[in-house]
Amino acid sequence: MTRYIIRRILIMPIIVFGVSILIFSLLMLLSPVERVALYVSDIPHTANAVDRVIAKYGLDDPMHIQYWRWLVGQKDEDTGEIKGGILRGDLGWSHTAQMTVTEAIGQRFPPSAELALFSVIPMLGIGIWLGVQSALHHNKAIDQVLRAFSIVGYSLPTFVFGLVMLLIFYSLLGWFPPERLSFWAKAIVYSPSSGYTQYTHMFTIDALLNGRTDIFVDAIKHLVLPVIGLSYLNWALVLRVMRSSMLETLRQDYVTTARSKGLPEKLVINKHARQNALIPVATIGGLMFIGLLSGVVITETIYNLHGMGLLYADAALNLDIVTLLGLAMFNSLILIAGNLAVDIAYAIIDPRVRLTA
Amino acid sequence: MTGRKIFKQLLSNPLSLSGLILITLFIIVALFAPIIAPPPERARDPYDIPRLGYFSEPQPPSAEAKMGTTEGQYDIFYGIVWGTRTAFRVGLICTGATLVIGLLLGTISAYYGGALDEVLMRIVEIFQAFPFLLAAITMSAVLQPKLGKGIWTPIVALVAFGWTTYARLIRGDVLTVKQREYVDAARVIGSSDLRIITRHILPNAIFPTMVVASMDIGTYVLAFAALSFLGVGVQWGYADWGQIISFARNWIPLLATYWYIIVFPGLAITLFVLAWNLVGDAFRDILDPRMRGAKGA
Repeated sequence: MTRYIIRRILIMPIIVFGVSILIFSLLMLLSPVERVALYVSDIPHTANAVDRVIAKYGLDDPMHIQYWRWLVGQKDEDTGEIKGGILRGDLGWSHTAQMTVTEAIGQRFPPSAELALFSVIPMLGIGIWLGVQSALHHNKAIDQVLRAFSIVGYSLPTFVFGLVMLLIFYSLLGWFPPERLSFWAKAIVYSPSSGYTQYTHMFTIDALLNGRTDIFVDAIKHLVLPVIGLSYLNWALVLRVMRSSMLETLRQDYVTTARSKGLPEKLVINKHARQNALIPVATIGGLMFIGLLSGVVITETIYNLHGMGLLYADAALNLDIVTLLGLAMFNSLILIAGNLAVDIAYAIIDPRVRLTA
Repeated sequence: MTGRKIFKQLLSNPLSLSGLILITLFIIVALFAPIIAPPPERARDPYDIPRLGYFSEPQPPSAEAKMGTTEGQYDIFYGIVWGTRTAFRVGLICTGATLVIGLLLGTISAYYGGALDEVLMRIVEIFQAFPFLLAAITMSAVLQPKLGKGIWTPIVALVAFGWTTYARLIRGDVLTVKQREYVDAARVIGSSDLRIITRHILPNAIFPTMVVASMDIGTYVLAFAALSFLGVGVQWGYADWGQIISFARNWIPLLATYWYIIVFPGLAITLFVLAWNLVGDAFRDILDPRMRGAKGA
C-alpha cells in the first residue's frame, strides 16, 4: 500500500504541471491582440497603443518564454514592480468581480462550501438508504420504482428541475425564496453598525456564532431548495452504485456463512453486507463533495447564490477569460488534491487494493 | 450475445421499451420538422425561431403559437420542434467525434504500451483534472472570439474535454483482448500491427464501449443545453432547448403565471435525456453478466 500511495504522490506534481500547461494553452488560443483586450480596461486612443502593449509585455514572444513569465511574473520596467505570476498567487484582475481573482476566490468560496456541506448529508444518507432498499428487493416492484425514480433524477437537467422548484415553491406558494438571505437579514449582516461580525462568510455558521437564531433560520430557509435540487440529481448515482455494490456483496460467501450460522437477517444485512458494500460509495461520495466545493455553476445561477459557480457563469457570459482560467486553475487543484485524498483513503479502507497495489 | 437477442431483451423490459418508444417519437419529430412546424417563407435559416412581434412579456398558448411565446415573442412550439433536430445533431456529432478520438488514442495506448501508454494516460489524467462542465464553459468562452456564437463553439468545447472517458474504456478493453491466443496466433503468422488491431482486437474490444457511447448522446445534449442556458452556447433565437429555457431566468418571481416558458421546453429536454438513459441502463444490465439471473436477498 505504501508503494501505491508514494507512486500517487509522486505523480501529482506531473499532473499539476500538465494542468498549468493546458490552462496556458487555452490562453494561447487567443491572439496577442485579444490578450491585450483582456488586460487593458479602456479603449486605446492612439493607433499603435496596442502594439506598444504587445511589445512591452512580450505577448508575441516564443511560447516557452511567455509560459515562464506567466508562472513567475514579470518586472514592469517603468515602476520596477513585479506583476503577475501564478506561482506568486497572482491570478490577475477579474473584470467580472472588480477585484483580483485571488480575492474573488476568497470571497466566493465560503458560500459554495456552505452549500456543499449542507447538501452532502442528505445526498449520501438518503441515497445509500435507497440503494440498500433497491438491492434488498432486487427485481421486485420497489426496485423498479426506485430505479425509475433514480433514472428520472439522473436525466433531469439541473436548470429545468431548479426552475420548476422555484415555480412551485417560490412563485406559486412563496415558501422558499432564491438568494442567500432575506432583505431584513441582509440589512443586519452587511451593516457595519449592527455589531454583526462575519467570521466565516457562511451565513448559517456566522448567525450561530453571533447568536442570531432568526438569521440562522432565514439562511436555512434559503438553502432548502438548492439542497433538495442537488441531492435529487445526485441520489441517482449514489443509489445505482450502492445497489450494485450491495447486490455483489450479498452474493459473497461470507454472507452465506453468516446466514447459515443462523444469524438474524437484519444483522447479516446491517453488519456483514452493508459495511462492505459502502466502500465504493465512500469513494464517489468523496468525489461528489469535491465536485460541489468547486461550485455548482447552474444551481448557483438559478438561485442567485453568490458563490464560485455564479462567478464562473458571470465570467463566461462576459468572456472574462482571466477569471475563468484563474478559477479553473483553483478548481483543478482542489480536484487533484481531493482525488489523491480519496484514493489514499480507499487504499486504507479496502484491503483488496492494499494487497494488489 | 447477439444483437437480435439484446434487442429482444430491451423490448421485454418496460423501462427500456418506453425509452425506445420515446426515441422513435423524437426521431419522427426531427425528420418531419419542416412539416410539423414549417419555417416562414423567406427564412434565412430554418433554425432561427420566428418571432411573432417584439413585445417583451411572454404570451400564453394561442392558435398562432401553440405553446406560447417567450419574451421577445419567440415561438416556443417551433423552437422545440426544430430544437429536436439540434439535439440529434449535437448528440451524434459529439459522441461520434469523442469516440473516434478515444478509440484512436485508447487503442494505441494499450496496444503499444510502455512509455507511450504512460504518457497518453497522464494526458488523460490532466484533462480529467478539470471538472467537465467548467472545462467546457471555459473552452467555449475562449473559442467564442474565434468561431463566433453558434452550434460549433460548444460542440468543439464538449469534444475537447469529452474524449477521455472513451480513451480509458477502450484502453481497458484492448488490454484484455490483447492477451488472447488468437492475437498471438495472428502475430505468429506475420500479420501487420494495423491488421491485428483492426481485424482481431477492435471487433472484440469495441462493443461495450460503443454501447456506453451511444447512451452518452443524452449526456452531451444535456451539457450542450447547459452551455446555451448559461449564454456561452448558440446565438440568440437559435432553435435549441437550453437557449429557450434560458429566457425563463428573467421571469423567476412570475414563473407561476408564465409556466409555459419553462414547462414545455423543460419537458422536451428531460424526456429526450430520459429516453437515452432508460435504454442505456437496460443495456448495462444486459451486458453485465453478473447481473444476469442474479438474486438478491
